[in-house]
Amino acid sequence: MGVDRPLGDNVIFTKLDALVNWSRKSSLWPMTFGTACCAIEMMATGAASHDFDRFGTIFRASPRQADCIIIAGTVTKKMLPVIKTIYEQMPEPKWVIAMGACACSGGIFDTYSVVQGIDEALPVDVYIPGCPPRPEALLYGLIKLQEKIMMERNSFGNALGFGERVEPAV
Amino acid sequence: MKGTDMPENHHAVIRLKKRFADSILDVGEFRGEVTITVGKEDITGICGFLKETLEYNFLTDVTAVDYLGQEPRFMMVYHLCSMSGRDRIRLKAPVAGSDPLIDSLVPLWKTANWLEREVFDLFGITFNNHPDLRRILLPNDWTGHPLRKDYPLQGPDRDPYKGRLA
Repeated sequence: MGVDRPLGDNVIFTKLDALVNWSRKSSLWPMTFGTACCAIEMMATGAASHDFDRFGTIFRASPRQADCIIIAGTVTKKMLPVIKTIYEQMPEPKWVIAMGACACSGGIFDTYSVVQGIDEALPVDVYIPGCPPRPEALLYGLIKLQEKIMMERNSFGNALGFGERVEPAV
Repeated sequence: MKGTDMPENHHAVIRLKKRFADSILDVGEFRGEVTITVGKEDITGICGFLKETLEYNFLTDVTAVDYLGQEPRFMMVYHLCSMSGRDRIRLKAPVAGSDPLIDSLVPLWKTANWLEREVFDLFGITFNNHPDLRRILLPNDWTGHPLRKDYPLQGPDRDPYKGRLA
């Protein structure tokens, strides 16, 4: 039609929320907290066949460099202060995935020394049931967390001081 | 194989009876495993004799059983193994519930350090001459000894399990 497009395809118009959420969900770096048997399934998910890395996730050993923490395994009352310290050391924004029956609700260990679900102490975003959940289940839970991150609104605005960060209720 | 169906013919039992005749309360045998019940006062002497002279030099396990309602309440169980003689033997020592105190085997075997700490943590039996008697599995500020029969399974601060159909 004769309309000039001097910049060609080099310019994309999008929303700031979409850009920020897309970049956060595409490189979720989990802090591994494998306490018990679910850690083995988490290792299997990170290994060659079910690859964690194709979703952009790399396991980071330090909480200061991690986005989310995957609580994999039974949490005992002796371990709980350690988990709280590590969670508080993670910078915002951060998410929590409870993997396995023991992290979701204490599992089969309805005893004196086991914390009945890590949501007694941390705000959990995604629960993955299973004993242990298969690697495909962990990947599904990770994708659910990515969908949840995409539904957030105004997190950048909140950081700048305009308004509140809106997290989805799903 | 050392020993036959009669536990009294086991060479360790014969020599123990000769030396510590008044400490041995009972001798039992089950499917080839010999168990000797001894009084708790002379446990270090008996274990030292088994270790030095009869070469049962490997302490495999130290644990306890709570017979709530019986007197004496606790039974300490020691598993010894002889590597040169390829033989195992079990020692039991009854400990009263009103006075849960027994001598420690740490002077003989260093591994008894953590094994007796576990028994102290879960049963509450204290050991004389233990160099470092404190809790090992539970948090340090825990009250109560969970493996006793009168300790609730869900812990003292939670409701007991009401069953699947409740």
